[in-house]
Amino acid sequence: MLVLPILLPLFFMVVLIFTRRWLAFQQIFSLLATVILTFFSAMLLIDVQQNGIATMQVGSWIAPYGITLVADLLSAIMLVTVAFIGVVIMIYSPGFIDKGRQSAGYYPLAFGLLMGVNGAFITGDIFNLYVWYEVMLTSSFVLIALGGSAEQLRGSIKYVTINFVASIFFVAAIGILYGLTGTLNMADLAYKLRTIDHIPYINSALMLFFIAFSIKSALFPFFFWLPASYHTPPIPITALFAGTLTKVGIYTMFRFYSLFIVENLVFWKTFIIVIAGLTMTIGVLMAASQYDIRKILSFHIISQVGYMVMGLGIFTVGGIAGAIYFTIHNMLSKTNTFLAGGLVYQRSGSYDLKHLGGLYKASPLLALLFFIPAMSLAGIPPLPGFFGKFFLIKGGFEAGDYVITGVAILVGLFTLFSMVKIWNEAYWKKEPENIKHGRVSRRAIAATSLLALAVILLGLFAGPVSQITLEAANQVVFPEMYINAVLGR
Amino acid sequence: MESVILQIAARHMRPLLVILSLVVLYRGHNEPGGGFIGGLMLGAAYILFAMGFGVQKTQKSIPVSPVILTGIGLLLALASGLIAVLMGHVFMTGEWTTLFSGTSFELKLGTPLLFDLGVYFTVAGMLMLVMFSIMEE
Repeated sequence: MLVLPILLPLFFMVVLIFTRRWLAFQQIFSLLATVILTFFSAMLLIDVQQNGIATMQVGSWIAPYGITLVADLLSAIMLVTVAFIGVVIMIYSPGFIDKGRQSAGYYPLAFGLLMGVNGAFITGDIFNLYVWYEVMLTSSFVLIALGGSAEQLRGSIKYVTINFVASIFFVAAIGILYGLTGTLNMADLAYKLRTIDHIPYINSALMLFFIAFSIKSALFPFFFWLPASYHTPPIPITALFAGTLTKVGIYTMFRFYSLFIVENLVFWKTFIIVIAGLTMTIGVLMAASQYDIRKILSFHIISQVGYMVMGLGIFTVGGIAGAIYFTIHNMLSKTNTFLAGGLVYQRSGSYDLKHLGGLYKASPLLALLFFIPAMSLAGIPPLPGFFGKFFLIKGGFEAGDYVITGVAILVGLFTLFSMVKIWNEAYWKKEPENIKHGRVSRRAIAATSLLALAVILLGLFAGPVSQITLEAANQVVFPEMYINAVLGR
Repeated sequence: MESVILQIAARHMRPLLVILSLVVLYRGHNEPGGGFIGGLMLGAAYILFAMGFGVQKTQKSIPVSPVILTGIGLLLALASGLIAVLMGHVFMTGEWTTLFSGTSFELKLGTPLLFDLGVYFTVAGMLMLVMFSIMEE
């Protein structure tokens, strides 16, 4: 059961590789496949919520010697969210991506990406985690360059290079950690860190890990690659990346912080909170100066990753629960704004705000589909962005971290400014002359509406959802449950 | 650019490299080697051939395209894990069988070898896929 989130995408990928000549089949099959994946991920979430943390020793090799798969509530929540984003992307893609790219392996690669992401969420072994990162990155390397336009290649070179650098840090840290402790099973390692009095150089290894993950999740000062590459591929690919990739980095940070940070707590807390503050501020300020919709949204990814890390820095049950809720909201809303940007492009033939306008009058539906996720990102109630920020800020106040909480509130205002800027320029101002009037794909509209509906529902059911995130946060803040579940104590 | 020396070398090296890659694949379970390194050698054999004779001619000389080869590899890897599930064990548990037991040709075969074979094809397929598309430019 627990292995399904990895096995299913692998199986779907194989089927799609063998049927790559039949495009119509690929489109339908991919959609069906993501629906099945969502169903099983949801089953897993229910199972974990009722029966506690699920573990599986792959190949019957007992922990800590073999590879363990573990799903706690945090993992299961992430699995469901990613699978649902997959469904939306698979509805959207046939209506947006040109046939050439679609039949050049878009669908199998998308499932390769999902397999890597899911694997990273449920593995309980650090080296195995590295392997899933590579699976995910290899697929994303090809996806970002797929079609091979000059702009895409420029973007992908930056993307590939910086991610290789991150991988080097990652492997170096794994090597040091293994040399120091002799184990890479996360639970076993956490247990050793808690029982052995002091392991020398452990902080060096952890810092290397932190650098690797902060490159992958685009934290300050390693965020520059993201806006330099994310705007180049077709928008469904960007949306898929925005909804999944950086969040895997964030998830891993949560997992590592929870399990491995047992010494120098004051240093790590201050350090992470400072990084979070800088990330969110710089991201939002740089977004304000952009005029390309995709670039504005890319900089906002950075800014909002800062919020999630802020929750990590607070590290109380309330703060972490807020961060988890915020992550779910952000995965949905961010993907949704990118998809809405794609609709604008289909309608008017441009992402540049200077060449856009009058869309509110021309097509109120398009305007509404952007308005919902944009206001959600800006934090307007009753949309989930409001609750996400509310939980985080409440957590911050309760923990007494007033400065970062103040920064978070201020950054929220700037986010609103950016969203209003897109709104004013693309939808509100008068339609410029000689603007293109393209046809908007119905499938793309359907996909964006579905996601917008999910955003609204996440806001309306903030109460029940936050109950689950509280339970998940409890498991993160008190990792003893995780350790015992894996080691079978 | 056509080089006679390279062409002759490639023609004779290819079968040798393929056999060597199979040897490396087979000894992998207990000794240095395995599917990954074997796959790299298999891929290298065909890339060498492509350097001598061009990509098109090389692709004609391979029975399956690199993409399909990758697919077959992934399928084998998937199957090797599922065999254990069919036998009622945990996914990926090694299942072993001995052929010709008692004779001097005794051969121990198991799902890890099947998995390695999957890796072998996947790595070779991916390598060829990437290199061929770069060389075609």
